[in-house]
Amino acid sequence: MATDILMPALSPTMEEGKLAKWLKKEGDPIKSGDVLAEIETDKATMEVEAIDEGVLAKILIAEGTEGVAVNTPIAIIAGEGEDPASVQSGGAPKPNGAGGHPAPTPDMQAEGMADTAAPASKTSDDAPRAPAAPAVITNKADEPVMEEFPAGTPMVTTTVREALRDAMAEEMRRDGDVFVMGEEVAEYQGAYKITQNLLQEFGAKRVVDTPITEHGFAGIGVGAALAGLKPIIEFMTFNFAMQAIDHIINSAAKTLYMSGGQLGCPIVFRGPNGAAARVGAQHSHDYAAWYSNVPGLKVIAPYTASDAKGLLKAAIRDPNPVIFLENEILYGQSFPVPQLDDFVLPIGKARIHRPGTDVTIVSFAIGMTYALKAAQILAEQGIEAEVIDLRTIRPMDSETVVRSVKKTGRCITVEEGFPQSGIGAEIVARLMVDAFDYLDAPVLRITGKDVPMPYAANLEKLALPNVAEVVEAAKSVCYK
Amino acid sequence: MDAAKEPAKDASSGSSQAGSPQAAESHKPAAPNMPQFTREEDLHAYHEMLLIRRFEEKAGQLYGMGLIGGFCHLYIGQEAVVIGMQMASVDGDQVITGYRDHGHMLACGMDPKGVMAELTGRRGGYSRGKGGSMHMFSREKQFFGGHGIVGAQVSLGTGLAFADHYRENGKVSLTYMGDGAANQGQVYESFNMAALWKLPVVYVIENNRYAMGTSVARASAQTDFSKRGLSFGIPGEQVDGMDVRTVREAAGRAIEHARTGQGPYILEMQTYRYRGHSMSDPAKYRTKDEVSKMRDEHDPIEMVRKRLLELHGVPEADLKATDAKVRETVNASAEFATNDPEPDPSELWTDILLDAHA
Repeated sequence: MATDILMPALSPTMEEGKLAKWLKKEGDPIKSGDVLAEIETDKATMEVEAIDEGVLAKILIAEGTEGVAVNTPIAIIAGEGEDPASVQSGGAPKPNGAGGHPAPTPDMQAEGMADTAAPASKTSDDAPRAPAAPAVITNKADEPVMEEFPAGTPMVTTTVREALRDAMAEEMRRDGDVFVMGEEVAEYQGAYKITQNLLQEFGAKRVVDTPITEHGFAGIGVGAALAGLKPIIEFMTFNFAMQAIDHIINSAAKTLYMSGGQLGCPIVFRGPNGAAARVGAQHSHDYAAWYSNVPGLKVIAPYTASDAKGLLKAAIRDPNPVIFLENEILYGQSFPVPQLDDFVLPIGKARIHRPGTDVTIVSFAIGMTYALKAAQILAEQGIEAEVIDLRTIRPMDSETVVRSVKKTGRCITVEEGFPQSGIGAEIVARLMVDAFDYLDAPVLRITGKDVPMPYAANLEKLALPNVAEVVEAAKSVCYK
Repeated sequence: MDAAKEPAKDASSGSSQAGSPQAAESHKPAAPNMPQFTREEDLHAYHEMLLIRRFEEKAGQLYGMGLIGGFCHLYIGQEAVVIGMQMASVDGDQVITGYRDHGHMLACGMDPKGVMAELTGRRGGYSRGKGGSMHMFSREKQFFGGHGIVGAQVSLGTGLAFADHYRENGKVSLTYMGDGAANQGQVYESFNMAALWKLPVVYVIENNRYAMGTSVARASAQTDFSKRGLSFGIPGEQVDGMDVRTVREAAGRAIEHARTGQGPYILEMQTYRYRGHSMSDPAKYRTKDEVSKMRDEHDPIEMVRKRLLELHGVPEADLKATDAKVRETVNASAEFATNDPEPDPSELWTDILLDAHA
């Protein structure tokens, strides 16, 4: 029987890739283990190996084709005794269950199931150029406005991945004391390719591959920072930073205080945080609330590429230890980024991503994908949600949240982290004190469920927040 | 106290060190090729060690009076280690250690008044009263703490060496740890990277035989700490840490090795603390005889004093004058630390973050 060769997923979050090269041609005999083709993604180049025997009957996707979706049939292998000329493709299979972050197939997108994997072009951010009007975020005419970049600044569509890389490269060019250290940051070009080409530009002295010893290299980074250097410590994921959390908290966050102000610690700890897709409980933890609990740290969790760039540059320049929480699923998403020589954003400022009047939705990082989609659906139902992206978790910009709630009288929070003592819980507590008299309904939290992240696709989807929950909560606080 | 730190039931793993290489071999009489100190060097070592001894005695006294709170780990008995090391280092070399740190601060030239006032939690303390016994620093003296998490200073000290290497400034990081810390995982992560990148760091393992109440033999599969870097190719040696001369000589070799780009070096300093782990430790894990034998036969300060009197012909009156001067310094520090006001309440909210726009 003929067998389809499908476009393989090379990582849990890969959605599409480029079919770079065919190494076999139609009519070639194939045996198990033969390399058929080379696939490129934004992260890596990989070889596609045959696991079946037969004859390469048809090549369905020509080499050089970009944007080939995962699971698309790319070739057909005819089995023994089959006529290669008459075989047919079986078409793309349904994915195995509907995971929280599945590789989107067209039908899933139509069903609105691929929530978090939606491309950025679906967001309201996707403008090719800043509007001619001043690029400010206005709330009300009498409220302070935040000028993030000059009006008319040309915008470049950039992935979060590239934005992070550019931020590091720019700061490394600017300051010889800045260096990046971590696992696979140099020769491998970054496990998630965030440090791509940094080794080539800055050399091995400033782009330092470490052994797999988070506790040790985090401590070395802190020691170097105490001595005045400005390390960027990359954790392959923040899950692994659990090994290093003693240095992050006891050594980095507390030394300034314990030294009576003598020893600052200018260091950035960065890497992907929270759930990726189908990687299980030990690789899916959102640590925003953990680090947010610690005085002496700043904690940033951007959503857009523009914020990722502007805030990472600010973090590297900041004289304090900064936790910079990225998200693997957002890495590949594109957003407009202002084309400026030196685009730096202030730490500790939330941004009103979508103005509205009826209910405030507060979120950050990948939580914004649920919030924005929900706002769209709510708008169709006549509810205008104001969506606030916290961007910085600590220090938290309560002022922007409170101002919004005073206007809308209703608030819900959205995060992928656990409910107890989470970021949402903190916002609720602050609103009780600062906006109690303005609230027309209890503040509701949409969070990850209070369980370790399961592996099974259906369970993972249940464990994560979803758009329907956000819509439901927003309507509920509006009593609709 | 941790259950893991309770004495083992196994009778063969008693708390004495009988049978360990250290008990058998350390503190041997001076060999003929024992490194010698000049009169001035011995006088210097005597003064420096005596200052630590008297300072620590005074700290113990103030603790007993309730003027010092929390934890207070005294360095009495181990003075020759840090003084010998400092005699071989140069200005700009960094020092970092764990929580038994008062001696290191004084050896680095930090003001005894500022150290004592930190112990009493006063505004004139090195950390303005916000650090305490385990957390003092001096950027000016290149003393980087003062760390309360066992073993953490080893990665940090390796990071100081990383900065020296990065800046190519010719400085060396002197990174101290105890025999207890030497069993922590991050120590070996640091050894690996220091050797891999040839970082200028000297690891000084102050083996005072007891990690809190657990003897080395009960905690360590390999009790020869100088061998702990072997699998990384880090040279190491065991040193009589009670004799300031052997310490300085070994320190000279180790620091030279690190400074000349050959990478890290390990010195196991075989030493002894006379007092308990902290002020609240009754030290029942060892006999009184064991302690008094060390005091009587191997006291680092007495050895120098004897040499000064017998070998260098220093009049006893001169040494008494030194003793008086040291006592005066220490008393002045205690006086200051007792009368200096507590920090202003507004200090609660300062030094949490640096101003990013300053």
